Amino acid sequence: MKKSALSLSVLAALALGTASAQTTVKIATLSPLSGGQSDLGTQIRNGAQLAVNEYKAQFQKLGLNLQLVAYDDQADPATGTAQARKIAADRQILAVVGTLNSGVAIPSSAALAASRVAMVSPANTANNVTDRGLSNMNRIVARDDAQGPAGANFITGNLKAKKVYILNDKTAYGEGLAKEVEKALKAKNIQVVANEGTEEKSDFSGIVSKIRLQNPDAIYFGGIYNQVGVFIKQLRDAGVNTPVVGGDGLDSSELATIAGTGANNIYFTTVAAPIEALPAARVFATNFQKTFKDQAQGFGAFGYDAAKVVLQGILNAAKANGNKAPTRQQVETAIRKGSFTGLLSGNVSFNSVGDRTAATLYVMNVQGGKYKLATRIPVKPARQ
Amino acid sequence: MDLATLLPFIVNVIVGGLVLGFVYAIIALGYTMVYGVLQLINFAHSEVFVTGAVVGFEIFRVLAPSPMNGYLKLLIALVAAMAVSGLLNVLIERLAYRPLRNAPKLVPLITAIGVSLILQDVLRIIEGFQGRFDLTYTLPAGFSGKFCAAESSCAAVGNVLRTVGIDLQLKDVILIVVSLLSLGVLNYLVNRTRLGKAIRAVAQDRVTAGLMGIDANRMISATFLIGGALGGISGVLFGMKFGTVNAYSGFDPGIIAFTAAVLGGIGSIPGAVLGGLVLGVIQNLIGVTNVFGSLLHIANLESINASYQRIGAFIVLVLILIFKPTGLLGKSNVEKV
Repeated sequence: MKKSALSLSVLAALALGTASAQTTVKIATLSPLSGGQSDLGTQIRNGAQLAVNEYKAQFQKLGLNLQLVAYDDQADPATGTAQARKIAADRQILAVVGTLNSGVAIPSSAALAASRVAMVSPANTANNVTDRGLSNMNRIVARDDAQGPAGANFITGNLKAKKVYILNDKTAYGEGLAKEVEKALKAKNIQVVANEGTEEKSDFSGIVSKIRLQNPDAIYFGGIYNQVGVFIKQLRDAGVNTPVVGGDGLDSSELATIAGTGANNIYFTTVAAPIEALPAARVFATNFQKTFKDQAQGFGAFGYDAAKVVLQGILNAAKANGNKAPTRQQVETAIRKGSFTGLLSGNVSFNSVGDRTAATLYVMNVQGGKYKLATRIPVKPARQ
Repeated sequence: MDLATLLPFIVNVIVGGLVLGFVYAIIALGYTMVYGVLQLINFAHSEVFVTGAVVGFEIFRVLAPSPMNGYLKLLIALVAAMAVSGLLNVLIERLAYRPLRNAPKLVPLITAIGVSLILQDVLRIIEGFQGRFDLTYTLPAGFSGKFCAAESSCAAVGNVLRTVGIDLQLKDVILIVVSLLSLGVLNYLVNRTRLGKAIRAVAQDRVTAGLMGIDANRMISATFLIGGALGGISGVLFGMKFGTVNAYSGFDPGIIAFTAAVLGGIGSIPGAVLGGLVLGVIQNLIGVTNVFGSLLHIANLESINASYQRIGAFIVLVLILIFKPTGLLGKSNVEKV
């Protein structure tokens, strides 16, 4: 297989006369390929690889030899920044798909900004990723400040709750999310009986007693699955079956494992849609399975979408440049200004700071330990 | 909100605190036993306790498919956890504390913290090899039910329980019964047997006890064995009550149980139990202060909720140490263990 590919390319090179007639352009992925989050990072890399395979022929027509180079950030800001500097030094790389973690995206995009390497993120949700207003940083997922209002909308619209009990884990993530939810609920005149912080990891008996006393219609917990799972288990053990709503901190299969028989009536908002929730993804999932012998997950699909944004951006810039390889700066502008179609998660265009003008949050439901899509909520970024 | 809904709430908060207190109490016994004999705070006790919880998890997991009686499974889990945690504690003493017995007091304390960190990672690795991090207890069917599952059996329990609205789960009752039984056995062992007498002698004066023909090292090992076994029991009870543990679960309950031991008077067995129960109830009451605050319209109380329940426990400890430094039941240097 490899051998024939090699001889083919040699033949192709001979047929074209000189190899220099071909200009190589590269796009990079920056995501964790080793360590605890490598599973998600590899999905992003593989998704992007599928998009590159799909676009190779179109680039070929312009005399461009398209390649993907994968960089490993180990989910670590320092490693990610060092890799970003390497990317900046490789002049053939025109744009980057990445990263998985907001903590890595923020310093890496800053390191890439000076050399005008555009970045399209398939996963970062922290507000500050785009709030800094860098011209090279874009994302195709919803922001954190969309998640609180979306959770609140779900509680009032779908669960029809009139009285809500809010908990948070006293971290920057959980407390911030809980505050956003409280604000949005109060704006709708919904009664918020408490917004209580707890660092407790095992004993929730006091809180459960209070919940039984107050008898709310819904509970919102801004926290991470390992704490919330234990809480839900004890809540259900005490015979309370009130719906529990949370943010993407609950997006883990471990949640159902920890909650055990109590893993019922749980909802959470997340940016990484399950593959089944993306109508166009069936062909993608089959290709993914065939190419990588691995099941495609949400981040694979978003890696694919982010890469398509990058590739269409490069093609647009190349056309504007007289069908020649564009500069990094031209690509950066083409991505921020362009509108991109044919993606799994719908059409993409960016606002002035690089947020997707119309993103979607997905609400998942856990019932009997099984996860399924409950509904999708369209969200707009803070500014247009 | 009227008294009819509030009374069951208060009762439940106190009962919940007592149940929690029993878990703390039995962990605190492990600290107090070792301290009584060696004047050493065995900080590795929280990991000895988690080891018990892990053993309990494995036993329940392996036995889950078998149709064996649930109480028999529990007994096997308790015995296995006692054995493993007890032997582990003996091993820790032998390897980490005995060689340092004549060193300055700070040295074994630091070693204890080191042992604690090592054990955390060893547990993490052992379970990690099997792809697990959060261990979820699969309890025998029925164990997670209400103490009176059906209305008819509730009546049989007696109308007293019903009228005050106590809402106990079966596993809470099991927890209390097992705690009281272990406490009784420990009390008998320490106060009524030759072994207990020898341990008390070593606690009082190791050198003189040695001159009287008591092998101090053996007695110290025995103390660690008993303390570890108690840790094992509390681990299983903890796992049953809260449903899940991981390698790092020991720190929080460990530090609170240690506080309970100091609160009750470290070195005193009834003190450890009292300290645990008091802390459990105080924690739960502080956690619900905001409910009373909103009822009585006292704005300052309304902001005191579950966020503060830990701090509250430690404030009580500080107050006790200021006004009664020996703890609630501690007597300075008169009787230890």
